[in-house]
Amino acid sequence: MFDQLFFGYCALMITTSGILAISLRNPVHCVLMVLVLFFHMAGLYLTLQAEFLAAVQIIVYAGAILVLYLFVLFLVSIRQELQLDAFIPNPWVGRIIAVGLGAGLIYVIPAFTLGEKGAWPLAAIEELTHTKALGQELFTTSLLPFEIAGLILLVALIGGLVLARREEVGSVVNEGDAVPQGNAQGKDQEVVS
Amino acid sequence: MISTVTVNWADVGPILPELLLISIGVLLIGLDLFSPRQRQILPWLTVVGCLTALAMIMGSRPSISFGGMFLTDGFSVFFKSICLVGVILTTLMSEHFRRIIAMPQGEYYSLLVFSAVGMLIMASAGDLMVLYLGLELMALPVYALVGLHKKENRTSEAAIKYFLMGGFASALLLFGMSLVYGLTGTTDIGRIGELINSLHLTNNPALLAALSLLLAGFCFKVAVAPFHLWTPDVYEGAPTVVTAFMSVGPKVAGFAIFSRVLFFGLPQLHDHWGPVLAVLALLTMAVGNITALCQQSLKRMLAYSAIAHAGYALLGLLAGTTEGISATMTYLFIYMFMNMGAFAILMLLATPGQPHESIEDCKGLAARSPIAAALMLVFLFSLTGIPPTAGFIGKFYLLKAAFAAGYTMTVVGAVLFSAISAYFYLRVVRYMYMTDPQQNSTLQYSPGMIVALGLCLIGVVGLGLFPGSLLDWAARALL
Repeated sequence: MFDQLFFGYCALMITTSGILAISLRNPVHCVLMVLVLFFHMAGLYLTLQAEFLAAVQIIVYAGAILVLYLFVLFLVSIRQELQLDAFIPNPWVGRIIAVGLGAGLIYVIPAFTLGEKGAWPLAAIEELTHTKALGQELFTTSLLPFEIAGLILLVALIGGLVLARREEVGSVVNEGDAVPQGNAQGKDQEVVS
Repeated sequence: MISTVTVNWADVGPILPELLLISIGVLLIGLDLFSPRQRQILPWLTVVGCLTALAMIMGSRPSISFGGMFLTDGFSVFFKSICLVGVILTTLMSEHFRRIIAMPQGEYYSLLVFSAVGMLIMASAGDLMVLYLGLELMALPVYALVGLHKKENRTSEAAIKYFLMGGFASALLLFGMSLVYGLTGTTDIGRIGELINSLHLTNNPALLAALSLLLAGFCFKVAVAPFHLWTPDVYEGAPTVVTAFMSVGPKVAGFAIFSRVLFFGLPQLHDHWGPVLAVLALLTMAVGNITALCQQSLKRMLAYSAIAHAGYALLGLLAGTTEGISATMTYLFIYMFMNMGAFAILMLLATPGQPHESIEDCKGLAARSPIAAALMLVFLFSLTGIPPTAGFIGKFYLLKAAFAAGYTMTVVGAVLFSAISAYFYLRVVRYMYMTDPQQNSTLQYSPGMIVALGLCLIGVVGLGLFPGSLLDWAARALL
């Protein structure tokens, strides 16, 4: 009973803070909403007996990554908002689609049946402790995905650097091109990515 | 208790081409940093690396490694070959395009190669996790490549749009995958198919919801209407060479995972996804071809034509038969050559500071440069699907497969829209041959560009006249 109540609370908070994070105007408030979201995610992991993941969620996401975001926000003062033309100007179209999608997904939930059990029943995890089970799984069965994820981080780093760095002056001759208009654009993108 | 796990080195064999490309990618950045004077070797290093990887992949034996996560079968080899040839063609053209806009070289080629690694992983993925990670590995470098030319606002806007849309599509895809995982308890694509049978999930509403989320995600990635809205802006805003790459590489890799999941993972649901894809294919062809009619910018027209061609490629997929999938594969192979060729001519027209992207700029091209005009003529004929070019062969087998599977109305629609597409492709031909030139500057060819155009021409004409070996290969790939 308590588990279900706790899950309901966490789910509600995650949804609310997620919606607030994308709809608030002030970027700092958005980041703080994401912080709330991450804490409740950690709560969900706890209900699933994944205490290591919960700790990592708080230390890495809430502790490191969000602080990094805040630093970026403070260093790059975004004075003007970047305006993009919406593909579909009327916001209600999007909202109706979103609500419809949500309703559809809730509608199919009763039909959900659990598939076959994995290699790690709860008892085995409790015996071995979650951290150890996770480590073993990560470095044996899921070795390939793990390495690809590492590569993705490398690529993201290179991509971020390329977008954020200043155009070299002189090394690339570029006749007939317009005057460089500063690299504010590049920085804006960096925030997004 | 500490248990050591022995590394299974036999598993490393099949991923050697990927490892080679990763080291090339790192090497490219290193060379760019430490010997900036030798930058002209970077494109050639990329080409040599891709060619080596291609040779390794062609020579590889079918295998299953990492517990079914990485498959080296005929299907993956075929798609990997398309992607690698696409990367090679892009690299060959890049040298020319660099004269028009300045781009940081080392990073550019490196991102290209990393994106290629992502595509190879996607083509080989036998597990939803690897499939998704490959997709992200492919997409992230492309987001950066689109935004590489920072002096133009258009490209920055395109990069942001592409990034946000791509992220959204990934979220839909992940949601669908997680539902599938919950219902079956496995992420192994082959096993999912078996479990759907044994657990009697075929008509489960939750599985159908998962299927629709997956379809939406895939359609976003391959730009199928109504999920195509990002395509024209992004294709138009990106540097032309990146557009050429995007319209081939990510799209082909997207079709690889699309067919892998639907055909190998969810074949029992064909009754559900077949008709949906038939409607989407018709809609895509309608939107792509009809909107292309009224475009004044050649680049934007080619963007809409790329959307329309995604619709054609769906025709084989929706049939859900071996014959259909191999028709889609053949078509994508041919599409790569003709689309790359058309974009290459667009790049030839551009001059520093002046993109020359409108259809007006083609006026009198035949008088200015007969060779470029003749090449463009061949590529446009092929895109329309006029025999004896390869485009006709590709379309013919797609229509045949869809017809054999019973989608008569879709086939009729596809033929009609093909006829409509002739108008805007041939309008360019008319401008090239039947109007007077507006400017007299001659076009300059770089060695790489000549090789790339030559390859595209050989692909379009050669495969049009002698399609047998390609058709054989595509048919054998699925055995």
